[in-house]
Amino acid sequence: MIRFEGVHKWFGKLHVLNGINLHVRAGEVVVVCGPSGSGKSTLIRTINELEPIDEGKLFVDGTELSDPKMNINRLRAEIGFVFQQFNLYPHLSVLKNITLAPIKIRNTPPKEAGEQATALLERVGLVDKRDAYPSQLSGGQQQRVAIARGLAMKPKIMLFDEPTSALDPEMIGEVLQVMKDLALSGMTMIVVTHEMGFAREVAHRVIFMDNGTILEEAPPEEFFINPRHERAKQFLKQILSPMH
Amino acid sequence: MNYRFDWAIVTSGKYFDWLVSGLYVTIKLSVVSIALSFLVGLVIAMMRMSHVRPVRWFAHGYLEFFRNTPLLVQIFFWYFGSYKILPRVVNDWMVRQDFEFTAAVIALTIYTSAFIAEDIRSGVRSIPKEQMEAARSSGFSYVRSMRYIILPQAVRLTIPPLINQFLNLMKNSSLAMTIGVAELMYQARQVESYTFKGFEAFTAATVVYLGLSFLITGLMTLYDKMVLQPIKGH
Ligand SMILES: Nc1ncnc2c1ncn2[C@@H]1O[C@H](COP(=O)(O)OP(=O)(O)OP(=O)(O)O)[C@@H](O)[C@H]1O
Ligand SMILES: [Mg+2]
Repeated sequence: MIRFEGVHKWFGKLHVLNGINLHVRAGEVVVVCGPSGSGKSTLIRTINELEPIDEGKLFVDGTELSDPKMNINRLRAEIGFVFQQFNLYPHLSVLKNITLAPIKIRNTPPKEAGEQATALLERVGLVDKRDAYPSQLSGGQQQRVAIARGLAMKPKIMLFDEPTSALDPEMIGEVLQVMKDLALSGMTMIVVTHEMGFAREVAHRVIFMDNGTILEEAPPEEFFINPRHERAKQFLKQILSPMH
Repeated sequence: MNYRFDWAIVTSGKYFDWLVSGLYVTIKLSVVSIALSFLVGLVIAMMRMSHVRPVRWFAHGYLEFFRNTPLLVQIFFWYFGSYKILPRVVNDWMVRQDFEFTAAVIALTIYTSAFIAEDIRSGVRSIPKEQMEAARSSGFSYVRSMRYIILPQAVRLTIPPLINQFLNLMKNSSLAMTIGVAELMYQARQVESYTFKGFEAFTAATVVYLGLSFLITGLMTLYDKMVLQPIKGH
């Protein structure tokens, strides 16, 4: 579904992605973790070309991103992206946030789009908020709407960039629950997160990034019990300590 | 000093009617010009943000030129000079309309549109770049992201400065008297020269301008309460 082959990226002199090789199969749930600045966001943002890559090859859903015949807008429509800061459209109601892209891009009739949106809102437990504006929702609610917005396009892939790290602790659970349900439904997901409970429960693989490289790649049980690299050990100790 | 005030002159009768007709022209001039200014301003703002350099430069020149020359000069320019630069058909059309009024609309529109374009541009720039990212991630092209996500927000933010421009425009429209547009100020002047009651006439005009201003300011407050607050969430 997604394949990185020797991918490099620089921000000016900064080598943010340093020879990434990674293959994510359809239906797989991959958790990406690592210290701040290690390139996690950049990594998943290359997948829908919010950040173009400088070297190497990147295949998504059968097309190579650098292929001049590739239509980026069409590809992006197949990929849901959930941001740390939600980024809902503040001028639109919850319902319209969700239906805008299906109506304008997929040409779904508004009535049908509305029904699908309502079903999605049911799934994330927010039907009663369909006419509210984003500013009237809590962070956790906004993030669940953002997930519903992504799902409304019936994407093949869902990408999450630290979806819970802007949330108050008591709201993290509700968002993780939605993501777990989604993972169990067979969605292909790449999730940048430090929520190790989530990783343990639903991830097929955990990837540890450091300095623009993938340092470690293992099933969660293995990664948590027996990390091979010193950096990963330190990172886990820090993340799992109650003081964190 | 034994000047005798005579307020009746401006509160009823023929001169009152003159003032009312002046008010009507002022409103018409302001409303037509603000509507056109908004459209022109939107286009200029888009051009100013275009990726095509000459287009951007043209818009930049337009902005600098019309914001930095006195409005009165621009009014005279369109009134006395338009037949030299506008195509014949446009000019003939203008003459068949009310020429003074049309020249005033053109001058006020172009002048005000330059300010509005800057307001719209700063509105667009104040939309966080993450909004564009969210839109692009959904599969919207740059242009459609602008259209469905960025501009609607920017325009909502632009409404208060726009109302402010409307206020300025309404006051500026009094300059149109210099080319003989029979708006409020012109009529007040007429009343004065027929009756020598200048104090009453201009006081009446002042009160009406003030009233209009308060009305417009009220509109702004209402807009802020009804539209902006729910979005911003206070
Ligand atoms: N647009 C940019 N221009 C320049 N440098 C950037 C840009 N975006 C990110 N960087 C830098 O690239 C490096 C990797 O950033 P990235 O956001 O991918 O890290 P991250 O692993 O997601 O970190 P965090 O956990 O803090 O989100 C950082 O040093 C960051 O400062
Ligand atoms: Mg990040």
